Amino acid sequence: MAERLSNREGIRGMANPTRYGIERVAYWLQRLTGLGLLAYLIGHIYETSTIVNGKIAWDKMLELTQTPQGHILLTLVIGMCVFHTANGIRVMLGHGGIGVGKPGQPEYPYKAASLNYKQRLCIWVSIALAALAMMYGASVLFGD
Amino acid sequence: MAVVAVPKSSEESNSKMKTSPSNTITLRISRSNPAEGQESAFSEFQIPVQKWTTVLEAILYVKQNFDHSVAVRYSCRQASCGSCGMKINGKPALACYTKISELNSNVVTVEPMNNFPIIRDLAVDFKQLISNHKKMKPFIIREDSEVTPESKEFIQTPQDLEKFLQFSYCIKCGLCNSACPTMATDTSFIGPQGLAQAYRYVADNRDKGKDERLKIVDDSHGIWRCHFAGSCSQVCPKGVDPAMAIQLLRGYLLGFRK
Ligand code: HEM
Ligand code: SF4
Ligand code: FES
Repeated sequence: MAERLSNREGIRGMANPTRYGIERVAYWLQRLTGLGLLAYLIGHIYETSTIVNGKIAWDKMLELTQTPQGHILLTLVIGMCVFHTANGIRVMLGHGGIGVGKPGQPEYPYKAASLNYKQRLCIWVSIALAALAMMYGASVLFGD
Repeated sequence: MAVVAVPKSSEESNSKMKTSPSNTITLRISRSNPAEGQESAFSEFQIPVQKWTTVLEAILYVKQNFDHSVAVRYSCRQASCGSCGMKINGKPALACYTKISELNSNVVTVEPMNNFPIIRDLAVDFKQLISNHKKMKPFIIREDSEVTPESKEFIQTPQDLEKFLQFSYCIKCGLCNSACPTMATDTSFIGPQGLAQAYRYVADNRDKGKDERLKIVDDSHGIWRCHFAGSCSQVCPKGVDPAMAIQLLRGYLLGFRK
């Protein structure tokens, strides 16, 4: 049957984090922060490459980040970086079968062992670390 | 011997009022017939329900009393056959295994499962799920057999059994595939159902087909497309936990397990 009739959820379904618990939120954040970091990396290379045009060009570029908007952006980058790294380590270990629970006799109400408190705790810790790092980063950036 | 008497009509109405207050809900059924070019639209019905009425019973009530043309697939009515998966108030679930009362809503919306082609109304096409399941070689692979006259049974300890038992509970209902974020965009993905079944046989110590199956799932539309979002395990009605099976299977490919 044509894929048009397949009732696939598509990108909107894939990127909807509201329905399947905190694990799906973490999946969504990992994608979003991964893409955000990629965008930042490209921008960062563009920014720092102005050094080849001499000190004046470099200083002019730096002025762009010395604005409130620039500070907010950098604070976001700090948060994205911390969450992506911390949650990324959880995901990499999970992908290898570490911390995903042990198979056993399923019993009503059939709670999945892979969606265990350790996984959820690691997700919340990743979010908390990102929030703390953002607060510290913002205090330094906006501090002076 | 106990005698069971038919209650007198006054008793009957009395006990009904005391023990089973009936409630009326609105059941919205998504109707469509894509092969005929008919777009989906909702039909609404008022249904009397009890505390124990299931979504499937409500749909069958519609078929018996209002509109027999509603297309729905079901068989066992007890979460065993895997036929009645559908989207109930936005989430995939078995209609026979979901009570109206547990939805905490006076409006119940049922739609066909996502990521499966619609046949008509609530009935979806399982061709892809079944063919991916078959690709995983869902049988014990080994040279000898336990059915020849001179052979013995393959003995397993309870510990051996526990390594794959939960994965063997899969009823092929497809709820996991309809919740999976990869399945939402990748038309060739094996899907959590198939990948979990590959692990069910790999984890069985009577089976010798591990390398064969690892080769099949080690594919650009195979196990690497799983991002461990866990939505499959969130909706599985049988405790199969496909997300766990997939990560344990990937452990072999990543060298975490031997
Ligand atoms: C220590 C640092 C990092 C760790 C541990 C890490 C870990 C991961 C992991 C495990 C994934 C796969 C997630 C999944 O399967 O869904 C991932 C995805 C990704 N990462 Fe990173 N990463 C790191 C740094 C970075 C950096 C610096 C960038 C950007 C330049 C980046 C960009 C991405 C992108 C674009 C994705 C794809 C997102 C997706 O498909 O969901 N990562 N990362
Ligand atoms: S793994 Fe669970 S949700 Fe998926 S098909 Fe099997 S029983 Fe259904
Ligand atoms: S009717 Fe068999 S699983 Fe629901």
